[in-house]
Amino acid sequence: MTGSTAALGKDLIGLEPLSPDQIRIVLDTAEPFKEITERRIKKLPVLRGKTIVNLFFEPSTRTRISFEFAEKRLSADTVNIGAAGSSVSKGETLVDTARNLEAMSIDMVVIRHWSAGAASFLAARIPSNVINAGDGAHEHPTQGLLDILTLRDHFGSLEGLRVCIVGDVLHSRVARSNIYGLVKLGAKVGVCGPRTLLPASIEQLGVRVFAQVDDAVRWADALNVLRLQLERMEDGFVPSLREYNRVFGITSQRLERAPKELLIMHPGPMNRGVEIDSDVADGPHSVILQQVTNGVAVRMAVLYLLAGGAPHLAEAARDWTGT
Amino acid sequence: MDGADVRRAVDRMAHEVLEKLGGTRRLVLIGIQRRGVDLAGMISAAIAAAEGIEIATGTLDITFYRDDLMTVGPRPVVGETKLPASGLDDMAVVLVDDVLYTGRTARAALNELMDWGRPARILLCVLVDRGDRELPIQPDIVGRAFQVLANQRVDVLVPDIDGELAVVLSAVERG
Repeated sequence: MTGSTAALGKDLIGLEPLSPDQIRIVLDTAEPFKEITERRIKKLPVLRGKTIVNLFFEPSTRTRISFEFAEKRLSADTVNIGAAGSSVSKGETLVDTARNLEAMSIDMVVIRHWSAGAASFLAARIPSNVINAGDGAHEHPTQGLLDILTLRDHFGSLEGLRVCIVGDVLHSRVARSNIYGLVKLGAKVGVCGPRTLLPASIEQLGVRVFAQVDDAVRWADALNVLRLQLERMEDGFVPSLREYNRVFGITSQRLERAPKELLIMHPGPMNRGVEIDSDVADGPHSVILQQVTNGVAVRMAVLYLLAGGAPHLAEAARDWTGT
Repeated sequence: MDGADVRRAVDRMAHEVLEKLGGTRRLVLIGIQRRGVDLAGMISAAIAAAEGIEIATGTLDITFYRDDLMTVGPRPVVGETKLPASGLDDMAVVLVDDVLYTGRTARAALNELMDWGRPARILLCVLVDRGDRELPIQPDIVGRAFQVLANQRVDVLVPDIDGELAVVLSAVERG
């Protein structure tokens, strides 16, 4: 990635370019950040004096708040910019927005954008550290990392672990980051969903495709249930929500037929009664809220590791953009 | 200092802790990662031998409180901070480290302790004081003070990490 001594280089664009060791370093670094909430003063001085801009071109509640908590617990100063009500809605280009922010001496940008590649586009053009908080259907690396951390918490090791991603894989950057990360760490990954919602050549990523949820449930140790992206469903990918729930919904009846108890994950926000039933989401094997807790720790780890690379920043930027 | 020297120094330091604090009431030993943790364990064992009481111990990793994060880069893996269940409020905390040099580690440790609670008092206890402080921080209990040149380094070796117990003085390789 880069020749710098920093653990992650300048930016975090996705899990695809990371080595297994880099992923492990992020997971290991997240561990000490978990206990910060036990302190009387829930704040570390790591990013004191750093300015971070959260640039969200797409609506987001969980990810934005999670990043903001992570940033504030590391003592950074943060500014949130949403697409609505900013110069973005007045037609300013991404680069102009970023250059204007640069002119105000910022240190890091967390970017969520509807277009795949937006984060790496920005990273190549500004010297600040850039963190991808989701770009189109490409990647959502911090979500992938927090899912993997949650799996590691429960199973100890990821080697040989069977994780099935269920649902709308086609539109899902979460699925892609999970697949890249899990495969690198030696897990076996399956995907299951209507063929219209699975990318045509998904097998090339090293995953197994299940047409039937019951087969996936029999095979897997853990299910990562994706949100059916209703706002992207105008093009007739599924006949109806009711039918989707009947064929692909994760219900307790389905899980009872599994040979073992499965860990249930969901990146949120959930459509209860569509891709997942309430008794499963709230059930004893659901770690959905633990994912949220781990999300803050993982994001603190990423911010910390990127900040530590600051002296090599210019060099790292050149390495990255030279390609 | 060989292993026997270190052990004698640790025994004396344990007694100094008891003397300064007038006993073991509300006493907590906190070792700074990594070798301060081993020394805190040795002091705790010495106190247990003398008084027959198990002292609460904890560990502190000061990585997140360093003032040179942006120049040295983060350590790949951060050690564990683990404090006793009693917490730190109104406790007498003895902060244990291997070598006291610039004082910056002790400064970072003090800041971190304050984020965890409000101790009644904090004593700084080090095996080696090598001088050349960059901050106004002085130890309360010292194993041995050495006058060490800037181009020399002092390493404390402990059995769990280094396989032996000793204090070693060596020349710094300039690179």
